[in-house]
Amino acid sequence: MGMMLVEPDLLRRVEQFIFMEARLQDTHEYAAWEALWDDDGIYWLPANGDDIDPEAQMSIIYDNRSRIGVRVRQLLSGKRYTQDPKSAIRHFVTNVEVLGQDDDVVHVGCNVMVHESSLRGETTWAARTEYLLRPHPDGYRMARKKVALVNNDKPLFTLSFLI
Amino acid sequence: MNVTARPLQPDLQDLIKPDRVHGSLYTDADVFRMELDRIWYRTWVYVGHESEVPNAFDFVMKSIGPQPIIMTRGADGQVNLLQNRCPHRGNQVCTEPRGNARKFTCPFHNWTFSSDGTLQATAFADGYDGQDLSALSLGRVTRVASYRGFVFGSFAADGPTLEEHLGGAAETLDRLCDTSPTGEVEITAGFLQHRVKANWKFILENETDGYHPAFVHASVFKVTESGIGSLYGSKSTALTRDFGNGHTELDLRPEFRLRDQPLSWFGTTAERLPDYVAAMEQHHGPDKARKVMIDGTPHVMIFPNLFVAEIQIFVLQPRAVDDTVQHVTALQFKGAPDMNRRLRQQTMGSVGPAGFLLADDSEMYERTHRGVLSRDPEWLYLARGEHRERVDADGFRVGHATDEVPSRGIWRHYRQLMEAI
Repeated sequence: MGMMLVEPDLLRRVEQFIFMEARLQDTHEYAAWEALWDDDGIYWLPANGDDIDPEAQMSIIYDNRSRIGVRVRQLLSGKRYTQDPKSAIRHFVTNVEVLGQDDDVVHVGCNVMVHESSLRGETTWAARTEYLLRPHPDGYRMARKKVALVNNDKPLFTLSFLI
Repeated sequence: MNVTARPLQPDLQDLIKPDRVHGSLYTDADVFRMELDRIWYRTWVYVGHESEVPNAFDFVMKSIGPQPIIMTRGADGQVNLLQNRCPHRGNQVCTEPRGNARKFTCPFHNWTFSSDGTLQATAFADGYDGQDLSALSLGRVTRVASYRGFVFGSFAADGPTLEEHLGGAAETLDRLCDTSPTGEVEITAGFLQHRVKANWKFILENETDGYHPAFVHASVFKVTESGIGSLYGSKSTALTRDFGNGHTELDLRPEFRLRDQPLSWFGTTAERLPDYVAAMEQHHGPDKARKVMIDGTPHVMIFPNLFVAEIQIFVLQPRAVDDTVQHVTALQFKGAPDMNRRLRQQTMGSVGPAGFLLADDSEMYERTHRGVLSRDPEWLYLARGEHRERVDADGFRVGHATDEVPSRGIWRHYRQLMEAI
């Protein structure tokens, strides 16, 4: 894919949105994070490659909007033991690029590293993340978020925070 | 295994009692090495499913304990279990997770092997003039056998047959296949690999522990309308069962029979899966189909590494004393696309590194492993329900859904295997 000429304001707006989303994940503000999703949102972490068919093959996460809600309610239940105590996490988001754009949606890609400190120890996660963002009066809503971990074909430790 | 390096052997009779086991059995690296010798490289171990290599020359990478195993379908249609080690100088001959290959070529010196492991050709063959290389094949798992499509391997030349090993638990695989409208299950959806820093036996025992769900999975029961919770309450009529040979079951059928609703076991109704129901009635006749659809699929742990968890299978792979991988995928029923989609969706939600259920189970495995590194008390107490353990009509030990009949059965068999010379 070649480089797109993008107005700097658009790039800045999507960056600000993605940085905010990362911050809400880092600070475990689950309800505020859930509010960033559009009604038809899909949250996808493929397994065994980045371009599998999630309707035929197993993914690490393949949540429709309703299941995103269950995920958040479970985290808020007070009994999600794998996140009690919560992992201390920091997302590092780089290489933000607008990959495509039309009236209704902006396609954004970036590289993400997450450092996690949990009861087990320290874990580093790395991923290519792509979004479909819909403009909204207070920024954007996520229609799709795909997080392709670089090691999604290997054995992975529990990943129970929001990535 | 290097036999001369065999460690000092712990005296198991001092470490395994009928109602308790010593914590060191989960954390001692010498015990783990003994387990590889006496369990993983001797008894029948589940490797893969025939449907993963449907065509001649298909292959898929599997494992027995820490060792990779290439499962192939040979030109003759037979399933082979091969070791990933060139007989020349030891290089790995296959680095792909799956594929179709008429031959495996070692990249080091270009020796080639057929899909049953036989040496086909050597490079610059004049260097071997006059030598008989026919014994230099890829290593083969000594015995290979399958039951209802589930392929097992054993490195022991002698010992029980697979059917003798499965014993009473074979019927649970029959029960599983009966819930498919063609009598066949398939493993086609790809595996998630969920790693835990914990000993494999914590996982083995937890698979048929009916005591923990009410607590470990309380968050799921709280936020979804899952019908699972009541199965594991103190009033449950479900049973724990010890089939012998280390195989154990949580038999949920008594609860599902009380509900008397087809597909209630799957959290759905016959109306929502009409194609599946029609195909089941066609296959079994309406009466048997109804009975099968009420009973549902089994929840059975086939020792040491195949867990059929109603809608998915887990394959346990110990890699070190504190490093275990759970390979997990949705069961798929041949000829039931409407059922299969739901099987995949439910499995993806519940298991794997981010699963609503398994992330919490795995948290317990890791905490328990760290817990038993504390030295006092030294023992784990496994006597729950001893007073109400009984023998069923088939001669198997059974107890209440929350009783530790399975753990006691697993350790009884474990001790036999570990003490056998």
